Amino acid sequence: MTEEEEDSSAKMSEDVKRYLKLDTRSSAAATSEPPCSSSSSASALANNKSRNFKSFEPPCPDHVLENVLENVLQFLTSRCDRNAVSLVCRSWWRVEAQTRFEVFIGNCYSLSPLRLTHRFTRVRSLVLKGKPRFADFNLMPRNWGAQFAPWVAATAKAYPWLEKVHLKRMFVTDDDLALLAESFPGFKELTLVCCEGFGTSGIAVVANKCRQLKVLDLLESEVTDDEVDWLSCFPASETHLESLSFDCVESPINFKALEELVVRSPFLKKLRTNRFVSLEVLHRLMVRAPQLTSLGTGSFSPENVLQGEQEPDYAAAFRACKSISCLSGFRDLTPEYLPAISPVCANLTSLNFSYANISPDMLKPIIRNCHNIRVFWALDSICDEGLQAVAATCKELRELRVFPFDPREDSEGPISGVGLQAISEGCRKLESILYFCQRMTNGAVTAMSENCPQLTVFRLCIMGRHRPDHVTGKPMDVGFGAIVKNCKKLTRLAVSGLLTDEAFSYIGEYGKLIRTLSVAFAGNSDRALRYVLEGCPKLQKLEIRDSPFGDVGLRSGMHRYCNMRFVWLSSCVLSRGGCREVAHALPNVVVEVFGSDDDDDDDTVTGDYVETLYLYRSLDGPRKDAPKFVTIL
Amino acid sequence: MEKVGDYDELVNLKATELRLGLPGTEETISCGKSNKRALPDDDTEKEIESTGKTETASPPKAQIVGWPPVRSYRRNSIQTKKNESEGQGNYVKVSMDGAPYLRKIDLTVYKKYPELMKSLENMFKFSVGEYFEREGYKGSDFVPTYEDKDGDWMLIGDVPWEMFVSSCKRLRIMKGSEVKGLGCGV
Repeated sequence: MTEEEEDSSAKMSEDVKRYLKLDTRSSAAATSEPPCSSSSSASALANNKSRNFKSFEPPCPDHVLENVLENVLQFLTSRCDRNAVSLVCRSWWRVEAQTRFEVFIGNCYSLSPLRLTHRFTRVRSLVLKGKPRFADFNLMPRNWGAQFAPWVAATAKAYPWLEKVHLKRMFVTDDDLALLAESFPGFKELTLVCCEGFGTSGIAVVANKCRQLKVLDLLESEVTDDEVDWLSCFPASETHLESLSFDCVESPINFKALEELVVRSPFLKKLRTNRFVSLEVLHRLMVRAPQLTSLGTGSFSPENVLQGEQEPDYAAAFRACKSISCLSGFRDLTPEYLPAISPVCANLTSLNFSYANISPDMLKPIIRNCHNIRVFWALDSICDEGLQAVAATCKELRELRVFPFDPREDSEGPISGVGLQAISEGCRKLESILYFCQRMTNGAVTAMSENCPQLTVFRLCIMGRHRPDHVTGKPMDVGFGAIVKNCKKLTRLAVSGLLTDEAFSYIGEYGKLIRTLSVAFAGNSDRALRYVLEGCPKLQKLEIRDSPFGDVGLRSGMHRYCNMRFVWLSSCVLSRGGCREVAHALPNVVVEVFGSDDDDDDDTVTGDYVETLYLYRSLDGPRKDAPKFVTIL
Repeated sequence: MEKVGDYDELVNLKATELRLGLPGTEETISCGKSNKRALPDDDTEKEIESTGKTETASPPKAQIVGWPPVRSYRRNSIQTKKNESEGQGNYVKVSMDGAPYLRKIDLTVYKKYPELMKSLENMFKFSVGEYFEREGYKGSDFVPTYEDKDGDWMLIGDVPWEMFVSSCKRLRIMKGSEVKGLGCGV
């Protein structure tokens, strides 16, 4: 024990004595009852005290301290604060562990499920992330890992009172979902983002068995069609559902069952339907749930085109939903019906048009009324002209994402620096932007850096590889340099276009808060990688592809890898020897090497060549479930 | 017909010789309007691609896997609306002797050999020489080959295009001495 701990226990002894006396008195009073453990130990302690004080190890001072601490720590919710608290001393570590109800695991392979359940005993909510982001772009073979199975097995035993599970990029099977549904009687929230491995039959089990279910959100996940009518599997009584999102489920649904479900879900606020839901069905749902705040509109296309009065009054339905603040869907938009959403525009804070081929002329009458929008997602079909309209009205915009209608490298690309500059001038409160384009200038990027000081996320994707400033022909170094220099709150950056090592020197010099950096087809040499690894102290996630970085660059980050969540380098110029060097030098870092196919075989051309390096820190050493095509150095 | 480059020799085969196409199909000029070998990211190439249809414009650029970084879920959702019957794409690995990296290309993007060869030449910055039916490729150290379903290494161009696309597992651009002895067929 440290000096401080000894002092505090000496001070505690007065409290201990009082505590002990109270216990013995109460146990003496209740003679018919068998002595409870605390009072029997208290009396034993009282007896021991007089005989052998020095060997007396009172558990109670810790109990008192820990009781007090428990009551205080329950107010601490931030995991950063809790991590700090747990480092104070063993006692605090223990109490913090007992009072942490929400656990966040950013990389499922950074620790084993057993370590989780041993340390934290009262978890009610688990957030678990699996594959790294570049797996979304077919850069990782299937069956790489990130299975939910060992986690659900461990938590099923350890946390019977688990209420919430949030998974991202994990492989989840129907069996996993069934085990989840059976193991947690109080289960309330299931959110699966970018997951795969399960189907509608797994969803059906969750719907049926989780009687307390409030949230069932399937977002951008791959859900196989097992031809199960999962909507009919919800219990027949009133449900607790508050949020139901199934826009990524690519299979038809039972409309009647959905309607009936909505009717018996009085707390339902968020409903995001899939593209099989036509306007007519949507109308019936809206009429039955006017309390909705968030609506995923399905196809937004009528099943049958009726004329005149026979057609449902869609605008009236929207008018009746006075609380709608978030709209998405529009998967197969029939343009004539878009004006129906006008009644809710003034209240909208979030609008997602990113699956709809909306032209500037279609957008303008709608966006003109959206003064309160904070989040806007769209396709580049809205053109620079549409972006100018957004800039003119949406003064509260915080997040903008513009996706390409034609996501090919050599596509036309109707938006450019003009749109970016307009947004920067009109939307001064912008915090986050994702922008796909084919033409960009350093001027526009610099303008954004100067006009939008609140930016925390800047992701620019110039789709043609190695494209310079299309006006000056120069590299995009200066523009990105301005971003890191002027946007002092920047935590996430994705770069593109023609970039030399100079751009990376700026990132290293100014990007002091950057946590996530994405690089593709950029840089000239290892110096670029070194600038970043030496210059960005907060860097947690580094993902790089197709850039001329090799072993020397990799070596320059040795001092950082233990403090990062992961590093991904694919199609660079790494050698096995270089990667092995890192693996040997850093025992707490797992170094995985693999190709992009699961049938990689010996190839004399590429023997020493490393196609993909994925390294991450881990408390429990290399994983045991690595498939054959993965080599752990 | 306009002579645009070496590969139009293939197009001018006489009826009695082995044709690179199904019997009865008309061979059209596939290469771009200019004599220039298109460089990647060349602005003029962009203009050509955006004005003409694929049959008469310069060959489509090889699509790099996972680029631009749009999730397949989103790609598929937008594609269904475009009503294009583009399938999953048939990605095969391409390696070149001496190059330290592999590439993957989507064969379904091309309609005939000249397009594919131009694309490979751009990608790896080399030239393949002239193709002769009996002697193979001449005029260059590099020889484009592919591994078929049976595991045999074949010369690219020996079989009709459709047969090639359906049987090709991976490509390899071989160099120099390894090439000798690689005839056409098994």
